[in-house]
Amino acid sequence: MKGEKRKSRKEFDNPYTLKNALAKGDWATRLSVLVMGAGNVAKGQVVKGILYFFVELAYIYWMINTGIHNLSMLPSLGDTAQEEIWNEAKGIYEYVAGDNSLLILLYGVVTLFVTALFIIVWRSAVCSAFKTQTLAASGKHLNTFVEDFKSLFDQNLHKLLMLPPMAGITVFTILPLIFMISMAFTNYSKVDDHLVLFDWVGFENFKKVLSFSDSIGQTFWGVLGWTLIWAIFATFLNYVLGMILAIVINRKETKFKNFWRFCFVLSIAVPQFVSLLIMRTMLQPEGAVNVLLRNTGIIKSSLPFFTNVTWARVSVIVINLWVGIPYTLLQVTGILKNIPAELYESAKVDGANAVVTFFKITLPYMLFVTTPYMITQFTGNINNFNVIYLLSGGAPIPVGSTAGKTDLLITWLYKLTIEQQYFNLGAVIGILTFVVLAIVALVTYRNTGSYKNEEGFQ
Amino acid sequence: MKEQGTTSYRTKRLITNIIVHVVLAILAFVWVFPILWVVLTSFRGEKGSYVSSFFPKTYTLANYAKLFNDTAILNFPKMFMNTLIIAIFSCIVSTVFVLAVSYCTSRLRFRMRKPYMNMAMILGLFPGFMSMVAVYYILKSIGLSEGSMIRVALVLVYSGGAGLTFQIAKGFFDTIPKALDEAAFLDGATKFQVFYKVTIPLSKPIIVYTVLTSFIAPWVDFIFAKVICRANAEYYTVAIGLWRMLEKEYIDNWYTAFAAGSVCISIPIAILFVYLQRYYVEGMTGAVKG
Repeated sequence: MKGEKRKSRKEFDNPYTLKNALAKGDWATRLSVLVMGAGNVAKGQVVKGILYFFVELAYIYWMINTGIHNLSMLPSLGDTAQEEIWNEAKGIYEYVAGDNSLLILLYGVVTLFVTALFIIVWRSAVCSAFKTQTLAASGKHLNTFVEDFKSLFDQNLHKLLMLPPMAGITVFTILPLIFMISMAFTNYSKVDDHLVLFDWVGFENFKKVLSFSDSIGQTFWGVLGWTLIWAIFATFLNYVLGMILAIVINRKETKFKNFWRFCFVLSIAVPQFVSLLIMRTMLQPEGAVNVLLRNTGIIKSSLPFFTNVTWARVSVIVINLWVGIPYTLLQVTGILKNIPAELYESAKVDGANAVVTFFKITLPYMLFVTTPYMITQFTGNINNFNVIYLLSGGAPIPVGSTAGKTDLLITWLYKLTIEQQYFNLGAVIGILTFVVLAIVALVTYRNTGSYKNEEGFQ
Repeated sequence: MKEQGTTSYRTKRLITNIIVHVVLAILAFVWVFPILWVVLTSFRGEKGSYVSSFFPKTYTLANYAKLFNDTAILNFPKMFMNTLIIAIFSCIVSTVFVLAVSYCTSRLRFRMRKPYMNMAMILGLFPGFMSMVAVYYILKSIGLSEGSMIRVALVLVYSGGAGLTFQIAKGFFDTIPKALDEAAFLDGATKFQVFYKVTIPLSKPIIVYTVLTSFIAPWVDFIFAKVICRANAEYYTVAIGLWRMLEKEYIDNWYTAFAAGSVCISIPIAILFVYLQRYYVEGMTGAVKG
């Protein structure tokens, strides 16, 4: 690992660092620290220098106009409530707009982002000034603006290609994420009417969620436990049963192989939310399954699919098998054929039966090859919103609780934020879900061959 | 003695085979049952979601007619068009993003490459809609939360984060021999020319795969759509529409129409999926064979 890092540092070795620029820069380079682009203009790169200068002007203008105000409001998150004032002249109550903590927080976070972005540009301006200075001193060619522009399609292609996707990720993934994470440290919830004005509360919410005595805390540990049980069952049952099904279909003596495969894969082609909604209506107390079973006389009263805790939990796991097994089937069929036939032959010679062969040869081989797939499945199941939300909706839900008995962390998060307006607790749950996933994934991912030997293949 | 042994072996094998096929048949029935059920329900004459028999008593096409003609409350044709427009634009943007990022991470070497890949992995671990509320407020503050701008907002939501799902396409680009690039460089091609004249033409399977996955996403997502559309029924996508048909106030009137709607959107998606599967397999096996 360390050697790798050293290598990558050498590969992208760059003498034009900020430190060098400040230490060895001439007057123009040092001036660029205050007036961005000065160094470039002094050495003849006029357009580039002017562009840098405009960025600086725009940033300063924006900061004076709104940025500084945004930042100054961030520590308090605003405290003027909306007021009703009696207007004597018109004879009516008028509303005076108060602060909206949510917008203050959002604008504050945006301002911090813009500032961070500006610092990056500023750094590149100073380094670029130093670079032109060094090149000019040693009499080397200085790129004109047109050449710089052309390099975007060649040596600097990555800058051109990565910029739009990175902008998308920043605005629609990173920014919202940081915004939400900061909500975890506020009291933004319907408790005590903090939906418009709220304050920083530090780690209060984390204490509340992680404590064993608080009712939210108890719900959390319950939901976390069920989430892990669910993820383990959903992942391993899907995997093992899917693999057995694949083996059975692939047996030499099984007829109509393609027909069987078609039957199972058909269910993937139907959008998941459609099939899950259908399942839900079918399993209601008066739904198709109960009615048909009652009519045939097998049962007397309706089965409590989503009203009894154990029934509900088993139901969602079993229905998830319906959803998941076809995916496993698709995924493993090809790999199963790659298992060396000699292994099976020698097992047969030793007199091993099908069960022993499966556990001693097939399963270990498959586990070895498909570990990355299993990890994605596991993390995917922890975050399996659709199956739970569309099927049981978390039911059965104990009276007065915010989470039902089949709620996962992710559906609980959804309910807390979208339906029940505990935005701060929702954010805490999100962060804790991330912690759980990170522990599971990072440790295992980094140990798989496909991560370590990324270059090995080329 | 020996002969007896082989016959008992044969009967044993026959019995195993019969058991295997019976079990497969039962399982196949379980898997096909819900799908068969929707198709039958979509042609069912009786209204309501509570039924007493598996097969409908009367068959009709009225459910499909209702779906496309009864547009006063739940306007299915409009939802269909909304989804189609959103799907087309978001699939164009996503595909460009995914191909650009995968090419950079696979072929170009720059300082931020590894950090970027690690960042993508870490971001992927956060629950996707943890930040949904935040996304809504961001869209609101840039004026994309009202009127026809909702469509733009949905396109951005579906394609904005596309740069994070580059792994599969990157894996594909990794399999294209580097010698091809080098030959082009010798001929004086720039890196960009190599990208769109060498890499892209060789990448049909993975491009089709990316296009189809991003095209399907808006049809099957209803969580983001629900949060962003809220009460603006005009801009609903089919997924929210179908979901609403099963809400308490509509289910009695709309249950069979729901089944018809499900059939209507499942068939095109199923066809796309079959294509997808073919290109997915091709994409997995690499670009240049032999």
